[in-house]
Amino acid sequence: MNRRDTLKVLGLTAVGTTLLLPGCGIDGKSTLIDKENLEAQPGREAFEIERINRLNKEKFFDDHEMATLAVLADIIIPKDDVSGSATDAGVPDFIEFIVKDIPEHKLPMRGGLKWLDVHCLNRFDAVFKDCSAEQQIEVVDEIAYPNKVKPGMEVGVAFFNRMRNLTASGFYTTQMGVEDIGYVGNTPNVWKGVPPEVLAQYGLSDDS
Amino acid sequence: MKDFQIKKSAKKYDAVIVGSGAGGGMAGYVLAHAGLKVLMLEAGPYFDPVIDSHQLKWPWESPRRGASTVRPFGDFDAAYGGWEIEGEPYTRKDNTKFEWFRSRMLGGRTNHWGRISLRMGPHDFKGKTYDGATDDWPISYEDVKPYYDKVDRLIGIYGTKEGIENEPDGIFLRPPKPRLTELFIKEAGKKTGVTVIPGRGSVLTEKLPGNKDRGVCFFCGQCSRSCKVYGDFSSSSCLVIPAIKTGNLEVISNAMVREVMTGKDGKAKGVSYVDRGNLQEYQVEGAMVILAASACESARILLNSKSVDHPNGLANGSGIIGKYLHDSTGVSMSGFLPQLLDRKRYNEDGLGSVHIYSPWWLDNKNLDFPRGYHIEYGGGMRMPSYGFGGGIAHINGLVPDRNGNKKESGGYGKSFKDDQRRFYGASVGMAGRGTAIAREDNYCEIDPHTVDKYGIPVLRFHYKWTDAELKQAKHMQETFAEMLHAMGAVVTTPMKGPEEDYGLLEPGKIIHELGTVRMGDDPQSSALNKWCQAHECDNLFVTDGAPFVQQGDKNPTWTILALAMRTAEYILDQRKKQNLPS
Repeated sequence: MNRRDTLKVLGLTAVGTTLLLPGCGIDGKSTLIDKENLEAQPGREAFEIERINRLNKEKFFDDHEMATLAVLADIIIPKDDVSGSATDAGVPDFIEFIVKDIPEHKLPMRGGLKWLDVHCLNRFDAVFKDCSAEQQIEVVDEIAYPNKVKPGMEVGVAFFNRMRNLTASGFYTTQMGVEDIGYVGNTPNVWKGVPPEVLAQYGLSDDS
Repeated sequence: MKDFQIKKSAKKYDAVIVGSGAGGGMAGYVLAHAGLKVLMLEAGPYFDPVIDSHQLKWPWESPRRGASTVRPFGDFDAAYGGWEIEGEPYTRKDNTKFEWFRSRMLGGRTNHWGRISLRMGPHDFKGKTYDGATDDWPISYEDVKPYYDKVDRLIGIYGTKEGIENEPDGIFLRPPKPRLTELFIKEAGKKTGVTVIPGRGSVLTEKLPGNKDRGVCFFCGQCSRSCKVYGDFSSSSCLVIPAIKTGNLEVISNAMVREVMTGKDGKAKGVSYVDRGNLQEYQVEGAMVILAASACESARILLNSKSVDHPNGLANGSGIIGKYLHDSTGVSMSGFLPQLLDRKRYNEDGLGSVHIYSPWWLDNKNLDFPRGYHIEYGGGMRMPSYGFGGGIAHINGLVPDRNGNKKESGGYGKSFKDDQRRFYGASVGMAGRGTAIAREDNYCEIDPHTVDKYGIPVLRFHYKWTDAELKQAKHMQETFAEMLHAMGAVVTTPMKGPEEDYGLLEPGKIIHELGTVRMGDDPQSSALNKWCQAHECDNLFVTDGAPFVQQGDKNPTWTILALAMRTAEYILDQRKKQNLPS
């Protein structure tokens, strides 16, 4: 296989991959992918596709919870000079999916949102999303720093840790997030070692 | 009532192989190329990396962004299966722990493995002779060396000649250059006396002489997804599919084997299996049966193959099958390098196996544990996936900010985004993989109370680490901490004490389980002879990790391949001499 063939296999030329597909019909038996009503996808088992289809039909968070998630996500990852905000990157929808996919998130997320609203109601007479921006930040400041938590606020810290993790996951796994962080791989190339100017920057050599 | 019948194949094969991973794939490859008519049964679906690999997909192409919900190593990882498979349970005994990883797919676990390809050394084969701490194999490194050489040439491996006695050199392609983090690791190795050398992996860093079917590595770093251009070794792409193309190998997918059938003469005559898709029962016959279903699955099939002639299971007059189960030890530690904060961006994906590693560098005579470990290294600017970025909130206060001010860990907003950019690519990780002693008392057996959804009795495990592994794990942690400090890293994983087994992972977690149908010269203490042929049933062979007497700290795949090739060539030789039916 030469480089041109390699690029063909990867679908990087107009030729596509069909030339290299091996003959089918090795056994002709039913496979797990052939179940009715399932569109077979390369590299996926039937139960994986079933699961995604099922989760996409379920709805977990209600509209109020989704709106609160959006406010929180944009506090965690706001728009700046480099990239857009968490909601620009679709983070709330990702969180809606991932809590269904990883159900251990469900209770702490729902309960955490409720805790936040009750906390804000007691303090500012409004649920979190209806508080002023200053009030929202005042609360977030009390739960965003795990090592300096006031007694009684531990549950808020645990919730915010989870929310921040999911927001970061949701943001940095989009094209916007990948471009923001500056990951420039995932493409065919030839690795020739650390670039010379970087070796020089750190006073290193890779000749040994 | 459903019509229940067993379909019997009229065709009789020269050989029936159970399993399509490294051992089954190699046996099938050699026998099919020699002209034998071979049937291979694979418990999972057909899998060809050209079609089925998720190589070069972006995280947003997975709704779970690569999370490990349904695949233990993430949504794009090649392995179908994992430590838990719906409907296929296993149990443990006496509150011990063992985790059993199974890949049900053509090529098995070779589709997602790390491609780290290390030969076992002379001491690894002769541990009893060397120092008495482990049992001897009935064969030596010199017996296996010619096959390691042939595997190197057939499949391709990169590395460097180092002349280390118990880390034998092979026939190597060019190794990849180190990444930036790895250069710091090499410096730390010099400071601490830990040997660090170029990695050894089955990835084609240059064209493999004599092979036109496989492409050269294009450095996406995603070997774990399997390679669409066959630039790395998977049994599917490099052995089974080429063997099918000879016209002599047929593969039945989704075929879950129950047992080996024996004839009145006590010899193997074929296998029975159930189709995992439609639950139809089948029987197929062959002049010989080769088990390569994975160490524990092959033991399970033999233990379930009970007959009048073989009341303890097939080839198990010694009662040894299932015993001497052992998995590599594993301990890891991570941190970040402050000197790499705000580092320049460029593509350092490299290849998906190791660029560097540390072979065992000490003499156990001076230590309080009998066997060593090697170290694998990680870190750098990797593609984001689920889990990315959250950890920053726990480490961004460990170093001063850009203005030299102390900072509180955690946060949100623009400074959180800025910290993500600042810390990206600064991480460094170390993982030790060590020799675990094969012990009679660590075993799998048939659980008399439990069957899987096909009605096949399941395995029950009994496995305990001992002082030998725990002290080794303690040493690993101390070494990692020393190296991390030597390179100026901030350690972000806490040291673990004896109450947490010094960070030693549960047995089975490293997925190097071996030894359950071990070879030996004495039929009282082994099930197979030195050719991986059953003492009690000469047309039955086992060519996966089960025949291992004792692993080294070396990842087992290269040895499985070499032994499977050796056994297949022995089979051809014995057929020629009419010691086996042909």
